[in-house]
Amino acid sequence: MTDIASLERELTERIAAAGDEPALESLRVAALGKKGSVSELLKTLGGLSPDERKIQGPLINGLRDRVAEAIATRKTALEAGALDARLAQERVDVTLPAPEIVRGTIHPVSQVQSEVTLILADLGFAVAEGPDVESDDYNFTRLNMPADHPARQMHDTFYMKPQADGTRSLLRTHTSPVQVRTMLSQKPPIRIIAPGRTYRCDSDATHSPMFHQVEGLVIDEHTHLGYLKWVLEELCKAFFEVPNVGMRFRPSHFPFTEPSLEVDIQCDRSGAQIKFGEGKDWLEIAGAGMVHPRVLEMCGVDPEIYQGFAFGMGIDRLAMLKYGIPDLRPFFDSDVRWLRHYGFGAFDAPSIDGGLSR
Amino acid sequence: MKFSLSWLKDHLDTTADAGTIAEKLTSIGLEVESVEDKAKSLAAFTVARVVSAETHPNADRLKLCMVDTGKETVQVVCGAPNARADLKVVFAPPETFIPGSNMVLKIAAIRGVESRGMMCSERELELSTEHDGIIELNADAVVGSPAAEALGLNDPVIDVAITPNRSDCTSVYGIARDLAAAGLGTLKDARVAPVKGGYPSPITTALDFAAGTPIPAPMFAGRYVRGVKNDPSPDWVQKRLKAIGLRPISALVDVTNLIAHDRGRPLHVFDAAKLKGNIRARLARDGETVKALDGRDYTLDADMIVIADDAAARGIAGVMGGEDTGCTEATTDVFIESALFDPARIARAGRKLGIMSDARYRFERGVDPEFVLPGLELATKLILEFCGGEASEVVIAGGVPEWRRAIAFDPARVARLSGLNVSESEIIRILKALGFAVEGTGQLRVTPPSWRSDIHGQADLVEEIVRIRGLAEIVATPMPHPHAVARSVLTPAQRRVGTARRALAARGFHEAVHFSFISRAQAAHFGGGDDSRQLENPISADLDALRPSLLPSLLAAIQRNQARGAAQVTLFEIGAQFASGKPGDQTNVAAGVIAGEPPRHWTKAGIRADVMTAKSEMLATLEAAWGQEVTVPAQAGAPAWYHPGRSGVLAMGPKHLAYFGELHPRIAAAFDLKGPVSAFEIFLDAIPEPKTRGTKTRPPLEISDFPAVERDFAFVVDAKTTADAIVRAARGVDRQLIERVGIFDVYEGKGVPEGKKSLAIAVRLQPKAKTLTEAEIEAIAQKIVAAVTKATGGTLRA
Repeated sequence: MTDIASLERELTERIAAAGDEPALESLRVAALGKKGSVSELLKTLGGLSPDERKIQGPLINGLRDRVAEAIATRKTALEAGALDARLAQERVDVTLPAPEIVRGTIHPVSQVQSEVTLILADLGFAVAEGPDVESDDYNFTRLNMPADHPARQMHDTFYMKPQADGTRSLLRTHTSPVQVRTMLSQKPPIRIIAPGRTYRCDSDATHSPMFHQVEGLVIDEHTHLGYLKWVLEELCKAFFEVPNVGMRFRPSHFPFTEPSLEVDIQCDRSGAQIKFGEGKDWLEIAGAGMVHPRVLEMCGVDPEIYQGFAFGMGIDRLAMLKYGIPDLRPFFDSDVRWLRHYGFGAFDAPSIDGGLSR
Repeated sequence: MKFSLSWLKDHLDTTADAGTIAEKLTSIGLEVESVEDKAKSLAAFTVARVVSAETHPNADRLKLCMVDTGKETVQVVCGAPNARADLKVVFAPPETFIPGSNMVLKIAAIRGVESRGMMCSERELELSTEHDGIIELNADAVVGSPAAEALGLNDPVIDVAITPNRSDCTSVYGIARDLAAAGLGTLKDARVAPVKGGYPSPITTALDFAAGTPIPAPMFAGRYVRGVKNDPSPDWVQKRLKAIGLRPISALVDVTNLIAHDRGRPLHVFDAAKLKGNIRARLARDGETVKALDGRDYTLDADMIVIADDAAARGIAGVMGGEDTGCTEATTDVFIESALFDPARIARAGRKLGIMSDARYRFERGVDPEFVLPGLELATKLILEFCGGEASEVVIAGGVPEWRRAIAFDPARVARLSGLNVSESEIIRILKALGFAVEGTGQLRVTPPSWRSDIHGQADLVEEIVRIRGLAEIVATPMPHPHAVARSVLTPAQRRVGTARRALAARGFHEAVHFSFISRAQAAHFGGGDDSRQLENPISADLDALRPSLLPSLLAAIQRNQARGAAQVTLFEIGAQFASGKPGDQTNVAAGVIAGEPPRHWTKAGIRADVMTAKSEMLATLEAAWGQEVTVPAQAGAPAWYHPGRSGVLAMGPKHLAYFGELHPRIAAAFDLKGPVSAFEIFLDAIPEPKTRGTKTRPPLEISDFPAVERDFAFVVDAKTTADAIVRAARGVDRQLIERVGIFDVYEGKGVPEGKKSLAIAVRLQPKAKTLTEAEIEAIAQKIVAAVTKATGGTLRA
């Protein structure tokens, strides 16, 4: 009896005093291992009479259980302490910089092109494309600018050297040849826009030899200038993100439209930043008109049945106006400081539900 | 096209002011570029009288003047040699802004003497470049009155941009006609009464052309005026010309300028004494030269028309007269020329010779064929009036070509094309006011006037109605929408471009947009620079070749950024590269460049400009654009602008999907680049079209709950053996069971024989039907070893 009680007392004290897991483990072996003190006691049960065993059995087994539990409890405590001690060693200066976040940008031309495309897609316009290198026929002749037409010289055309087969191409001076390609390949009704690169042999502070246009074309049986006006008004309101925008439609002249007109929007240029929807200045933003019957004819569309309107605007100019970019030339210079400042985030794609811009 | 308000009122009876007129002009398609009102901009300048002019006490070349401004007499120091007592001058008080010198006048001490104002030269008022002396006003100018009035400048000047189709509005009369039609006044009668000739013209005109259409010059009229005196033209003519920025020269020259602007009719006046024999219009001979009125010699070609006498070409027809036969103060006998020329020829000649003249401006747009003779009569009348003399009879070669063409016009076209409802009677009224002849009702027969060569069809007539009514009247009409909910309108190819763009930006690249042309030398490094991709008329020598790749533009941009001190630069562009200078020979490419070391970081993290980073960026972008996992293996064989050993190609059969790698050091040197550079090019058009399936539903998900097993193997193989060969051999053992083969170690060096390398793979087995036993795993492992050994000649590393 006394043996068991004193053994338990001694073991309990030593378990409580164990300073680390190895010490506790050797204690466990010394007590509960094959030849441990408690195990040795358990072995004595076999030599006892049934009556003695009835008394000693529960005592020794109880001892074994309590010691095992005490060891387990102590083990948990030691583990927790060891973890705390390890964690205390693992402190990091969280003010140190993490590996750099990469931040790329979308060019304003691409962003504005997406914005315009989204607005016009919502109005049912599909996107059409054509090559940058064009034929004289598509760029001029079928747009009612025959050879020697005075309007041709206003286009400052880049020509390619004659090819081996004698043909001579040019760099398209406007996106209008895409109209020609669309009319030649599709049956009306047609409702397309054609954004893309265009080229003029002209370079100064406000002109670049390459720039971007977006062209719109609607051909059906009943389209008239009233629809054109509505499309341009809705486009401008949506694009500039203002509830109302004052617009002025002026008669003008283009060889490929008749009647032709130019479109100005009202703005206020008195302050440092241009404002739309107010003010007393007018800014030209588009050329437009009803597609010339000759153009329809030359593109295989019967002008007695179908008619339509077309409009064109400069994407770079729209970007400059909306986002306050003062100069055109840096658009194509790729100064990363400019790109970071005027560029757009990868995830800022314009959407119907999220809006055009932040 | 410039004109003054008072000039307009010669032809238009109106009470409208300049502002109202300007607004109406813009609304009817004659876009006003500026309205200049000198009475307003020169309001501070007044008439003053010099009371006395003494020599400055401290400077011989300066004068000390006392000036009566009407309010007071002030002291002014003046440097003009013509400052003298009793002169009427233009005076500017202190605090006046002087436009010609772009400064505000202050009270100042000049050489120790105070000066309280200034007497102005023409240059200081921006009237001309004249600065030799101060302006001398007429003696009757009223002291204290506005200087603009005394200068005859109290007449607003309107500048209108004339579109190329409106030749009829290159004249003040034409503009007045348009305004009258738009309801802004009444057009005055401007018919010209013929001047009777007193004798046959000693000089005749002729048209000397081979048969053919169009005739280079259908009509050539003229007449002789003898006994003229070519003095300066009257004051009112001079004022009028000055107001629109023309310099008065002499009465004879001023008459032609006046009629050109007033009626849009260019004329030429020869000094008859300098002509040899008769004159004719003919084509120039190649290499023939003419000294023109601008004093320069021009060499002509056989496409151009000249006016020649019996000896030589005397003028470039429709463009500029010749100096040798021009009028001077000594001229006494003249021959007036009034002709018609083929507009296209005049345009070509003007363009080739680089001459922009008032005559060319009008002839190339097409002048009124019916005004050849009235113009000649008007010129005769004014010359007789200004210079005296006697006019001969008129001589005419050729005649007015047929210009009348009737257009069948359905008035309903107006509403159909424009959406604007205009009554038939109003349509007829507008057309008639613009000079059109209109017959019939319901279906009209409309003949445009001789001055409207631009009107050919119904759409042109609709434009006339719409512009005169004003586009403001057109009501914006909502366009019927084909679908209640907008549909996607982009083609798969267009979507790929957008996704690639966003993916690249998300991965840290900045989007650039560059010109499609580069220098021929740059193009040559990338397989270009051949004749077929050369521009004929580049804007500069370093932008003369269509780019065969996007990389040269990007590398040049990297160089510019490095020159500005940028460290690591990551750029991309999506755009066309060109295989030739023919339409359609272009492909859409997404190209990216990583240049320079990453910014130093304590973790050593950062993007490396090496081949594997280029590969990974390329794959990520390609996968985003394609919309599926890319399983196409990379292989060696990138083009010559890449490092031959550290670059690769992704190809599907003969089609190249992408290149990637480190830049060839020779190219880096050619572009003057610093540090490491890697790049990739993805050929977006080569990405296979997505398969169109009838359904959006996905196939059922098949996953296995049996435990996967991973086994590692290391092989010693030839250093040239590719990782792909080993991976493919291992995978090929059991495509059902082997889910993935990864490479986790590549080693060359100690412990591996020379010319060999050790490649370690991890093979993951994923059973689908039951848990694998050790024996099954062992059997697979042996097959893998056997397969790799067979395929590569390698051995399992001990």
